[in-house]
Amino acid sequence: MEEKKLAIIATKGSLDWAYPPFILASTASALGYETEIFFTFYGLQLLKKNLSLEVTPLGNPGMPMPMGMDKWFPVALTALPGMQSMMTYMMKKKMADKGVAGLDELRELCQEAEVRLIACQMTVDLFDMNPSDFIDGIEFAGAARFFEFAGESDICLYI
Amino acid sequence: MADFDQELDASGLNCPLPILRAKKSLAGLEAGQVLHIIATDPGSVKDFEAFAKQTGNELMESKEEGGKFHFLIKKA
Repeated sequence: MEEKKLAIIATKGSLDWAYPPFILASTASALGYETEIFFTFYGLQLLKKNLSLEVTPLGNPGMPMPMGMDKWFPVALTALPGMQSMMTYMMKKKMADKGVAGLDELRELCQEAEVRLIACQMTVDLFDMNPSDFIDGIEFAGAARFFEFAGESDICLYI
Repeated sequence: MADFDQELDASGLNCPLPILRAKKSLAGLEAGQVLHIIATDPGSVKDFEAFAKQTGNELMESKEEGGKFHFLIKKA
């Protein structure tokens, strides 16, 4: 049986949206897929050594909030200072309580399973990011490098 | 429950950790050996079926007992 291939583009840099690429990539590896994730724009935050990702209730009507606040709490007030860090704290606590893996752990599992992690060179240059802020074992490359693998993939996801 | 060679307790862990841990444990087994997995994630029932189907390892048994899910997987 020939190895199937999964190609993912990760574009988002918030705590909640950091999960799908790492969950899908690590699971695909466990199922025998050869997997590659291309991180671009805000997705590059997921490759930082120090993962300080947050989740925001602002402009996110689908996000369940504690005490049913998503139903009665005025949207404008979700922009108040401190709301984002409070929601991030509560989300992390909920995840830990429910046995959801930490992002560091999932990312390590991906690396152990030889998921290839590629950082978009253009974004690194655009935002003057320091390559030494990123974890080891990643590759810096451009769009053509992504297509080399994605063109042969069985599944290709944009997240 | 039939005999097994190794046990993996994935209680309290959520998707996709039970599958990832099981994959790791299976890697340390010989072909024909059996891994017993215990999980509390209700999603793991469908997930282990799908895992077995896609990896070729045989899901010999899948049952719920005392609020926990038990799986026996034979390494291909």
